[in-house]
Amino acid sequence: MRNESTCISIRKVSKQFGKHEVLKNINLEIYEGEIFGLLGPSGAGKSTLVKELAGLDVPNSGENYIFQKKMPSLKLMERVGYMAQADALYEDLTAYENLQFFASLYGLKGKKQKQRINEVMQIVNLMDHLHKPVSNYSGGMKRRLSLAIALLHEPEILILDEPTVGIDPVLRKSIWEAFYELNRKGTTIIVTTHVMDEAEKCGRLGLMRDGTMIAVGTPEQLKAETNSTTIEEAFLIYGGA
Amino acid sequence: MRVTALSIRILRQIIRDKRTLALLIFAPILVLTMLHLVFDGDDYVPKVGLVDLPEMITEQMDLSDAEITEYSNETKANDDLAIQEIDGYVVLDGQVPSIFLEGSDPSVNGATLKWIQSAFTNLQQNGNTTELEVDYLHGSSDMGSFDYFGPVLLGFFVFFFVFLIAGVSFIRERTTGTLERLLSTPLRKWEIVMGYVFGFGIFTMIQSTIIAWYAIYVLDMMMEGLFIYVLVITLAIALTALTLGILISSFANNELQMIQFIPIVVIPQIFFSGLFNLETISDWLSWVGPFTPLYYAADALRDVMVRGYGWSEIYINILVLIGFSILFMILNIIALRKYRKI
Repeated sequence: MRNESTCISIRKVSKQFGKHEVLKNINLEIYEGEIFGLLGPSGAGKSTLVKELAGLDVPNSGENYIFQKKMPSLKLMERVGYMAQADALYEDLTAYENLQFFASLYGLKGKKQKQRINEVMQIVNLMDHLHKPVSNYSGGMKRRLSLAIALLHEPEILILDEPTVGIDPVLRKSIWEAFYELNRKGTTIIVTTHVMDEAEKCGRLGLMRDGTMIAVGTPEQLKAETNSTTIEEAFLIYGGA
Repeated sequence: MRVTALSIRILRQIIRDKRTLALLIFAPILVLTMLHLVFDGDDYVPKVGLVDLPEMITEQMDLSDAEITEYSNETKANDDLAIQEIDGYVVLDGQVPSIFLEGSDPSVNGATLKWIQSAFTNLQQNGNTTELEVDYLHGSSDMGSFDYFGPVLLGFFVFFFVFLIAGVSFIRERTTGTLERLLSTPLRKWEIVMGYVFGFGIFTMIQSTIIAWYAIYVLDMMMEGLFIYVLVITLAIALTALTLGILISSFANNELQMIQFIPIVVIPQIFFSGLFNLETISDWLSWVGPFTPLYYAADALRDVMVRGYGWSEIYINILVLIGFSILFMILNIIALRKYRKI
């Protein structure tokens, strides 16, 4: 039962690293224009799953489809923005030079490039620090610059691996506001997190543990189904505790 | 377009990192200068003892260029020899002069022997001054060790530093996660490798021009051929070093592990580069030579700088180096599959 507005479809995906099974038969549909959260403890397989969606890894069995086309594909990767757990910035260059470099990789040049750089730096609120070397940036600023780079090519799908880890509550709030803003403009967002209260901010959630998807639904559904008041409780019940 | 962006970024990073920039340019210059001073210093002046030689013999000897000590008996000379006051002495054994050397340093032995032989030439020829004239096919009697080692060292330094810097910057690309980010863009794997080749290639061209210019025109290293050939050869060896450095870096998890490859990958190449006589290398090992890139670069550099040869003598060496580079590039593209399958 494929929904008309399905943009990501994960079908029977399994992945092993050596003998260790990281993903066990995952099935998941993500719809266009939603904020989907992958919640689970570290080691649950969240990062591996989103890496496969970003085209950086392939499953041992099963398939991942984005816009009804099979991943990995370089064509599809142009429509996806990916922000990894590491900031992945060139510290000896300025923020502008970092942005310029990644923009060129997506084929953005000249006026359009300048315009996009200004736009994304406004979104993450770093306009005043555009020409500073990244080595002078604080941890939070690096995180936001990293996000800005992922937004440069106006991706239709944005994949964020632990985007707010190690970031203070005020900054976290402002980053989430940026996500909502992008979402209103139609970007589908996939966020991984192990922070329960952050999960409440997502439209739908997938709960992961030990490489399996133990439940999928809106935060309200998940809580109602388990008669619990918090996502944390729901997670424990689904997890069989 | 994407390759250019990558090359520009690499050049920017090199220029920003002043210390590395200095290492790449001034370290080779410093070491070459030191070697120049060490090898092209004054000739060794042997300290020779003459034990009770009759005056009629010493008068005919050419006693210049050595420190002469005269002894009345052999025991005293032996004592001085033991404490290295003298390097050797000559004593008359009946009518035949015999030589006794201290003997612990081969180069001192050689210099002492050479001096004693030339000092006795006059004597042996009984005054007939028919000195042999010596001609050189290559080089000249002024050619010092530095001139002979120089081309090899030039090639070696370019190889060593480019290998290290390229490897380390690729490791950083991996450990900081930027490689993953590059691979999450539609950038193709060969574009990454080519971006590195061009970025470092441009820098290496500047680097080797400066180093070669300094060695030849400031240190007065022997230079019989054309400067442009030297640049072509150093560029070829730099390209090999770059692609090999990147390849080796995929077997290292951090910068320290990259350094650990130096004794395995870089140092052995010195042995086969012609710094030591290749003919005398044990058969057990001599087959390794043709597998080391520096072997070809050193041979070509020596052909140009010492022997004054041109393109027709060096092109095979250059083709081999380019062959190495292409091989390493292909292996690099394959190695990148570890991070992204397409």
